[in-house]
Amino acid sequence: MAARRISSLLSRSLPLLPRRGQKSYLGREFYQYSTAAAFEEPIKPPVNVEYNQLLINGQFVDAASGKTFPTLDPRTGEIITHVAEGDVEDINRAVAAARKAFDEGPWPKMTAYERTKIILRFADLVEKHNDEIAALETWDNGKLYEQSAEIEVPMFVRLFRYYAGWADKIHGLTIPADGAYHVQTLHEPIGVAGQIIPWNFPLLMLAWKVGPALASGNTVVLKTAEQTPLSALIVAKLFHEAGLPPGVLNIVSGFGPTAGAALCSHMDVDKLAFTGSTETGKVVLELSAKSNLKPVTLELGGKSPFIVCEDADVDQAVELAHFALFFNQGQCCCAGSRTFVHEKVYDEFLEKAKARALKRSVGDPFKPGMEQGPQIDAEQFEKILKYIRSGTEGGATLETGGDRLGMKGYYIQPTVFSDVKDDMLIAKDEIFGPVQTVLKFKDLDEVIRRANASRFGLAAGVFTHNLDTANTLMRALKVGTVWINCFDTFDATIPFGGYKMSGQGREKGEYSLKNYLQVKAVVAPVKNPAWL
Amino acid sequence: MTVLSNGNAESYVKTPKIKFTKLFINGEFVDSVSGKTFETIDPRTEEVIARIAEGDKEDVDLAVKAAREAFDHGPWPRLPGCERRRIMLKFADLIDENIEELAALDTIDGGKLYNLGKIIDIPSAAETIRYYAGAADKIHGATLKMSRDLQAYTLHEPVGVVGHIIPWNFPSQMFVMKVGPALAAGCTMLVKPAEQTPLSALYYAYLAKLAGIPDGVLNVITGYGSTAGAAISSHMDIDKVSFTGSTEVGRLVMQAAAASNLKPVSLELGGKSPFIIFDDVDVDKVADLALQGSFYNKGEICVAGSRVFVQEGIYDKFLNKLEEKVKRWVVGDPFNPKVHQGPQVNKQQYDKILSYIEHGKKGGATLLSGGNPGGEKGYYIEPTIFTDVTDDMTIAKEEIFGPVMSVLKFKTVEEVIKRANATKYGLAAGIMTNDLNTANTVSRSIRAGVIWINCYFAFDKDLPYGGYKMSGFERDMGLEALNKYLQVKSVATPIHNSPWL
Repeated sequence: MAARRISSLLSRSLPLLPRRGQKSYLGREFYQYSTAAAFEEPIKPPVNVEYNQLLINGQFVDAASGKTFPTLDPRTGEIITHVAEGDVEDINRAVAAARKAFDEGPWPKMTAYERTKIILRFADLVEKHNDEIAALETWDNGKLYEQSAEIEVPMFVRLFRYYAGWADKIHGLTIPADGAYHVQTLHEPIGVAGQIIPWNFPLLMLAWKVGPALASGNTVVLKTAEQTPLSALIVAKLFHEAGLPPGVLNIVSGFGPTAGAALCSHMDVDKLAFTGSTETGKVVLELSAKSNLKPVTLELGGKSPFIVCEDADVDQAVELAHFALFFNQGQCCCAGSRTFVHEKVYDEFLEKAKARALKRSVGDPFKPGMEQGPQIDAEQFEKILKYIRSGTEGGATLETGGDRLGMKGYYIQPTVFSDVKDDMLIAKDEIFGPVQTVLKFKDLDEVIRRANASRFGLAAGVFTHNLDTANTLMRALKVGTVWINCFDTFDATIPFGGYKMSGQGREKGEYSLKNYLQVKAVVAPVKNPAWL
Repeated sequence: MTVLSNGNAESYVKTPKIKFTKLFINGEFVDSVSGKTFETIDPRTEEVIARIAEGDKEDVDLAVKAAREAFDHGPWPRLPGCERRRIMLKFADLIDENIEELAALDTIDGGKLYNLGKIIDIPSAAETIRYYAGAADKIHGATLKMSRDLQAYTLHEPVGVVGHIIPWNFPSQMFVMKVGPALAAGCTMLVKPAEQTPLSALYYAYLAKLAGIPDGVLNVITGYGSTAGAAISSHMDIDKVSFTGSTEVGRLVMQAAAASNLKPVSLELGGKSPFIIFDDVDVDKVADLALQGSFYNKGEICVAGSRVFVQEGIYDKFLNKLEEKVKRWVVGDPFNPKVHQGPQVNKQQYDKILSYIEHGKKGGATLLSGGNPGGEKGYYIEPTIFTDVTDDMTIAKEEIFGPVMSVLKFKTVEEVIKRANATKYGLAAGIMTNDLNTANTVSRSIRAGVIWINCYFAFDKDLPYGGYKMSGFERDMGLEALNKYLQVKSVATPIHNSPWL
């Protein structure tokens, strides 16, 4: 399963597009979305849940309160297992362990190369357990098993190998000053990092955060989303098997207002990194401000424009726009959720986009060939349906979809709205579900203005082969990532993050190291220097 | 100094069977076109270890053709960096799995200490490959700040087919130090190891193939400098030559490059590095370090701290310490774990070193220790210390490349800076002091590529090293080394109505 090259994700947008008359990007036969999920019994996941406690100081332990919470299978709404519910006291224990591991070592005191070796060993172990981890991820999250096993777990491995390579290449500068001074900067690990991750890509979000933090010598307390606590526990277990010292990576499962808040306001946490909603991001920043002013990295919501220009090959544009929105059940912060289409190609685009959505195969994510599984939970499910109602009531035209799929689990029909106006709720808010909104535009200046008229600024897709248009849009869009003729092209090396209320700071790539390093300037006079 | 038995490996380690003796071209071990071979000699016994295929111009042509094909049409430069990394990590693991055999090869071929090979040379070879594996997906260009309506960026592209010519003193480390960054950058290459030490290079080629490095990417041509080496330097289809060796040969390499296709050259050449000891040091500790600085690897190291400048306040005390310590420096069979120093690499070097020792004796320096061959068989030389050396003596000016230390006296910081810099070389320097101002001033004043303060031979994967002046140019190791194997391409295109510039 893991054999498919991770690099394929880099190129998935275009080469995987079907040519006319070919099948969808997974290369399997199509299912009309109305049948797959409704009548079949869920497939039994090929994995058992082995770890459901908190991982603190290298040990699996119960919550101090003894409390647990259920984690649910989004295909059925049934309980997979009960997981220890971390709260203030558990966060305190985890931070104390991380503090000790940072202050006393050995993690930040060992050579960077030793850290490299441990991280590389960890990546090898995860690779070995690829299918098992992927199954757990799909069970807990509802995402396609093929996506977990062939893309996400291999990408997780790739991310850690990438950061392993950074550990021994973290360079400060020697600096010329005005006068006879010898100046250098030391890039030091910041200390204990508190990290809070969402449920839409549980493993990848862990890798984005834990990878750079550990490579640069920090210790970590990570709170997983309460919807998806399972995969983090098994990989953290493997990390310790690879030689990670106790206390370096602590995993606390639990809820945002309790465990999450405790982490954000902790006086002994030196750094926070949060990925999630803009609302919660505000709370995280406030809690940091009210406690010890720890620096915060935020990766928040989006309402990313996907701009189809007049020169576009409509078939390719339709497929890419479809992928940009519906990938991962529409549960991507960077989803291309405002599909701006030039008026010259609008009608053709709409017709084909509708046909494409109708063909989307929705069903049990363990079933090969599916393109869409269930939404994560009842709350999201209801929220998405509410947005769909608001779209219809607000005057947009429902082209297809618009309702739940089947009677069990959180499946939603792939939904397409046309005649969407910029002031409609579905064009302004992040829906985080399989709802495509198509908007018409006339010229470049107009689409730039409208695309930027959002409180978000996470990403944008630009579909054109006109070099001038591409260059103009890439500079004019106020977003952290511009994908030109591709979308969701993620790689360990490419920085990701938002403008405006989509967050602050960048994750992945060399940029992410900055989040976890202090810069110390060291200045000393030099006597009779040979040069300055 | 104690001289142990020499020339008898049997009592310590079983010498390995020699598996690879042919040229490695396009993924295959092949005979040379001429069918010729040459002997590689065990410097402990002066006996032949094996006959090795002798590559010449025709063989270099074949290797270049393979490397050219692998670069122009093959997968290697077209793989994403992370895929090259995956293969290189496997290569590093395979090196780790064969540490003892590789260490033994370098010992019988180069007279190097087997124990150090096992714990330093070979493991660090694997580490170096791993380091550059991690760099393969971190080769960044820049987007540029243009002064008008232009969007511009740089692409750092692999330079193409690289010829590496490496010396015999660190056969394993030199091999990976050249091959590691070039592989990471996406280049294809041929390596010409020194004719004195061809064995481990062929073994590394075999491991690289096992690891999955595609055919033609890494070729090894064993042979002589004046034939195979010259063919590489003057080849019209090689895009870059990287050479480590003597300053004389470096000059020939550069001339050949200039006379052929003006290929860029990087040179890591000779040195006569100052090892400067100030009055404030712990003499006992520094004497140990100075001995290492001159005698490590039999003095066959380009960065040897071969001019030991000692401040007058501790000069006598330092000499007493040296005299006492050098008695415990053991010369003998490099497989013996008690031994500090094995034989010199070959007869030619051995004779050259002994002639420098004669120069020292006749030139008026005082012989504190050693000065003789160290046994009847094999190329052993006693660790030799000359004192009262003056700057104009041959032994203070020329690179001896053997276990010969010259001790010179100095008075002031200004004086020692001037004298330390009065050389055509500029490879490294040691500064022994705990005075921060002295350390800072001297480290900026010495014109050399590496400064070690209160340490010596502090090499690291991440630490670039290379020379000023006639010690060469460009750097090996660290991320600096990647630049040698990368072209920079600037790309610019107009933009219209950009909201910022």
